[in-house]
Amino acid sequence: MKKCSLDMVVSANISLGDSHFLLKFTQEEPLPEMLPGQFVQVRIDNAPSVFLRRPISVNYVDRVNNELWLLVQKVGDGTRKMSEYKIGDTVNMLLPLGNSFTMPKESQSRLLLVGGGVGIAPLLFMGSTLKQEGFEPMFLLGARSEGGLMQLDEFKKLGKVYITTEDGSAGEKGFVTQHSILQEPIDMIYTCGPTPMMQAVARFAQYKSIDCEVSLENKMACGIGACLCCVTQTQTGHKCVCTDGPVFNSKELSWQI
Amino acid sequence: MRVHRWTSIQFKRTIMADLRVKIGAVEFKNPVTTASGTFGFGEEYVDFMDLGRIGGIFTKGTTILHREGNAYPRMAETPSGMLNAVGLQNKGIDYFVSSIYPQIKEYDTNIMVNVSGSTIEDYVATAEKINALDKIPAIELNISCPNVKQGGMTFGVSCAGAAEVVKAVRKAYSKTLIVKLSPNVTDIASIAKAVEDEGADSVSLINTLLGMAIDAETRKPLLSTVTGGLSGPCVKPVALRMVWQVAKAVKIPVIGLGGIMNATDAIEFFLAGATAIQIGTANFIDPAVSVKVVDGINEYLDRHGYSSIYDIIGALDM
Ligand SMILES: Cc1cc2nc3c(=O)[nH]c(=O)nc-3n(C[C@H](O)[C@H](O)[C@H](O)COP(=O)(O)OP(=O)(O)OC[C@H]3O[C@@H](n4cnc5c(N)ncnc54)[C@H](O)[C@@H]3O)c2cc1C
Ligand SMILES: Cc1cc2nc3c(=O)[nH]c(=O)nc-3n(C[C@H](O)[C@H](O)[C@H](O)COP(=O)(O)O)c2cc1C
Ligand code: FES
Repeated sequence: MKKCSLDMVVSANISLGDSHFLLKFTQEEPLPEMLPGQFVQVRIDNAPSVFLRRPISVNYVDRVNNELWLLVQKVGDGTRKMSEYKIGDTVNMLLPLGNSFTMPKESQSRLLLVGGGVGIAPLLFMGSTLKQEGFEPMFLLGARSEGGLMQLDEFKKLGKVYITTEDGSAGEKGFVTQHSILQEPIDMIYTCGPTPMMQAVARFAQYKSIDCEVSLENKMACGIGACLCCVTQTQTGHKCVCTDGPVFNSKELSWQI
Repeated sequence: MRVHRWTSIQFKRTIMADLRVKIGAVEFKNPVTTASGTFGFGEEYVDFMDLGRIGGIFTKGTTILHREGNAYPRMAETPSGMLNAVGLQNKGIDYFVSSIYPQIKEYDTNIMVNVSGSTIEDYVATAEKINALDKIPAIELNISCPNVKQGGMTFGVSCAGAAEVVKAVRKAYSKTLIVKLSPNVTDIASIAKAVEDEGADSVSLINTLLGMAIDAETRKPLLSTVTGGLSGPCVKPVALRMVWQVAKAVKIPVIGLGGIMNATDAIEFFLAGATAIQIGTANFIDPAVSVKVVDGINEYLDRHGYSSIYDIIGALDM
């Protein structure tokens, strides 16, 4: 897939609670092809403390309105600057970057997409793509508390949604790996979220012999495979999360699980 | 508005200054090249720019054997720059010769292989293998990598060490030999002179400055190796000073780098005495920056009425 550098215009900036926000970007020409699991590298201008681009997952591609969605959590100066974007601002990004989630085999019908915190971002795009391809995805979404759950209405349009919160303020209390849905038969798991959560999900999947794809968020400099900064240890040595990933089959990774 | 645009086009000067430079036996169509470790082998950038527009590419550091590099995390952002501790991850020279070289040898630009090693024998053996490749006109000997435990920078921080490795490689390598110097020394000019005396055709500087970053909240270092190499605009004043000192001390051409983000930065290096420049970390922020720097240098020369890049090399007005 050809990568490009685009100047996109902010068409919406919607605050979702204290620390999350949804940015929508548009341009006149049709958006380039993008796959679920891929990400963009956002150049943050006018923020002296931010030097490198910031990698953000493609949350959704709205082909009707020609919009790219990014779901972002404020964690530092770069994401704070992004939270201040106004409608009409121009933002440069490199896209589409990285590999993508793989489509299930036809025999794999019970698909569970497990997201934690802002890690749900790529799962919306994956869920919508699965639905378009005729699958019926299920979503298991976890957060600290109810306030950390985002885009629930969007997810509900795509399939059944199961919820856990650590404080029990919504859904089942506990971690995603404790949810009762995991007792049901599952053919394939796609997961993105904090590393300990993904490791717990991968451990569960391995124990149950379920195929599991995880989406990693290593620190990046270039995002295009040139600097070798973003590597993760795999069964076959160091691999770049920005080009060989961000999506890996959990069995490929050298996680001690 | 229309008329205005038309007239400005009509009167736009079409003179193009001569940007060609020569380093050793190698002719460069322009003095803009990309720095080792920041540009892969070029193919990562073809979607964003035309490689044929720049003077050359310095490849990722290559060693005699495959290296896995250091553990993650290998990178930390710092004010106006970054630290890296990649540790020369590469698949080794034989893989380069069999699998990478055939794919890049037809690029319409000069490709220089950056060579690293832990021992003098490693450097020599790697250089010998590259000597046999028609389309590689030069090597850049990296005696300045701060991210490997053995070799690397240890050769580059003393005159005797630098001279010893250059002398050995010079015997084994017949084409243009560029030696990349470490800034982690007290007197870089004397090291430059030492490698010039052993037959280096050019020196490039600077490699990264040894640095460190700490997360105060967790009390942990931000790099798996604790220390790493600093690059980006924060190192530019140090790099400029060193290029200026070295250019005064040696007769061979100097290739300047360290923190170049745009054409103005590049011109400062020419004024300080560099014959060519390399762009490193800036490629991460704008993958097409090198082409923009070529255009910007051209525009500068034009605006000041210079006909050749050589008119500004070492032309610092004191
Ligand atoms: C492929 C990929 C996809 C991503 N998708 C999204 C997304 O859709 N939405 C979203 O909000 N974020 C996403 N991230 C994470 C996002 O890139 C970082 O949160 C962001 O770069 C932080 O920038 P900052 O300047 O705000 O914070 P900084 O000042 O850079 O960091 C603030 C704090 O967060 C920590 N931190 C920063 N980046 C990372 C990281 N990659 N891993 C672990 N800790 C980190 C720092 O150590 C520091 O403690 C993604 C990352 C990757 C690699
Ligand atoms: C991620 C990264 C990897 C690098 N790898 C190498 C390398 O393999 N060999 C080498 O000689 N220099 C390497 N360097 C140093 C650069 O080539 C350059 O000397 C340095 O970054 C200063 O230039 P800059 O500020 O323009 O980046 C690396 C730099 C970075 C940022
Ligand atoms: S971020 Fe540069 S190689 Fe992945």
